[in-house]
Amino acid sequence: MKTIPKTLTALALLAGACAAQAETVQVAVAANFTAPMKVIAEAFAQDTGHKAEAAYGSTGKFYAQITNGAPFQVFLAADDTTPAKLEDEGMTRPGTRFTYATGTLVLWSADPALIKDGARVLGRNQFRKLAIANPKTAPYGTAAVEVMKALQVDQMLAPKLVQGENIAQTYQFVSTGNAELGFVALSQAFKDGQITGGSAWVVPAEMHEPIRQDAVILKTGEGNAAANAFMDYLKSDKVKAIIRSFGYEI
Amino acid sequence: MGFSDADIQAIWLTFRLAGLTTLLLLLIGTPIAWWLARTRSRWKGPVGAVVALPLVLPPTVIGFYLLVAMGPNGPVGQLTQAVGIGLLPFTFWGLVIASVFYSMPFVVQPIQNAIEALGERPLEVAATLRAGPWDRFFSVVVPLARPGFLTAAILGFAHTVGEFGVVLMIGGNIPGATRVVSVQIYDYVEAMEYGQAHWLAMSMVIFSFLVLLALYTLNPNQRRF
Repeated sequence: MKTIPKTLTALALLAGACAAQAETVQVAVAANFTAPMKVIAEAFAQDTGHKAEAAYGSTGKFYAQITNGAPFQVFLAADDTTPAKLEDEGMTRPGTRFTYATGTLVLWSADPALIKDGARVLGRNQFRKLAIANPKTAPYGTAAVEVMKALQVDQMLAPKLVQGENIAQTYQFVSTGNAELGFVALSQAFKDGQITGGSAWVVPAEMHEPIRQDAVILKTGEGNAAANAFMDYLKSDKVKAIIRSFGYEI
Repeated sequence: MGFSDADIQAIWLTFRLAGLTTLLLLLIGTPIAWWLARTRSRWKGPVGAVVALPLVLPPTVIGFYLLVAMGPNGPVGQLTQAVGIGLLPFTFWGLVIASVFYSMPFVVQPIQNAIEALGERPLEVAATLRAGPWDRFFSVVVPLARPGFLTAAILGFAHTVGEFGVVLMIGGNIPGATRVVSVQIYDYVEAMEYGQAHWLAMSMVIFSFLVLLALYTLNPNQRRF
């Protein structure tokens, strides 16, 4: 009987000690960064002992949630304007904003035979639907429209466009075959230096404005050791290599 | 501020979708409700459960399976392609079919309850007066179960207007075809255009309130749904 209180005390002390060192950071992550974030979070836990819990979604929705008191400490956005806006509104910890990745746009099809000669598939126009992310709200959608304008196919293809609310949904439309092809983030269809399936055309970066994705520590992250550690970790060479392996520039 | 042209297009589209869905649901839902109200078959339970499924399933489940089923590799998609309709996702008619399924319980259940409440007696009396089955239905069931039909129509319409998750998943946000009011509001919020979002969102609140007010005022005794 005596040993039980002792064991409990020991456990409580242990738990207390762990809590003091290892903290948890809640990270709001842009949908396009889902795959790399999963790898990074795992490595982060192993290397630092802290834990990063991610919520994935659209940048606009996160903006609404953060300005209304959502409990995220770090925000990895899909663009650079939303973190800047939050900074202007005093919702972030000043001086913490930086570009963690620059996105690459890819024209992708689940059909391995469809995209054989790059952008020409758009000019031939022999498909039913072309999926893009909503250009009003998603940076990859804005970039997709810029590319179609540069290729002068935007007016011809306008009746065939379907919009995903974010890049994850756009990918879903294409991967289920409901749209034969679509502009998605390279990170969604790319792993370890190659396209994971189907066929693709990696859009040259000079055809659209760079898709700069900024990270920032939010005001709620003040005093959270894991938030600081996570931001430092994002800047490490190890993580940069992970981010590159998913098809981002950095 | 006020409504933009895109807002008006979305509102018109939403009403067209809801109107058509309600009409189809009254046509399809009435025989189902009639059968459910009067059958003693062992299939009554399973069929009733399938009709009620959209009440409990999240729209993500319905939207996801509709997207897969209606897609080029899905059973519905292969059927529609074989008969020459093409694929349904990203089309107005795709939304109509999804809405019929999604709003089904809101139409079937009030009608079913109203018919069950009638009991056998009025129909037996009508039969002894030599009314045929169709005559009994239109001269006895419809007038007596009128509150149930009214509730069904109003709820079916309102629930379709309020649909969001399913439309988001199979719609593709095409102006004039699949961009309904709820999606338009979502877009405004995503784009941080909160002023425009408020206009449409507040209109939805007022509209929904008026619909329910009409339902409860016109139909004060109808509480069976």
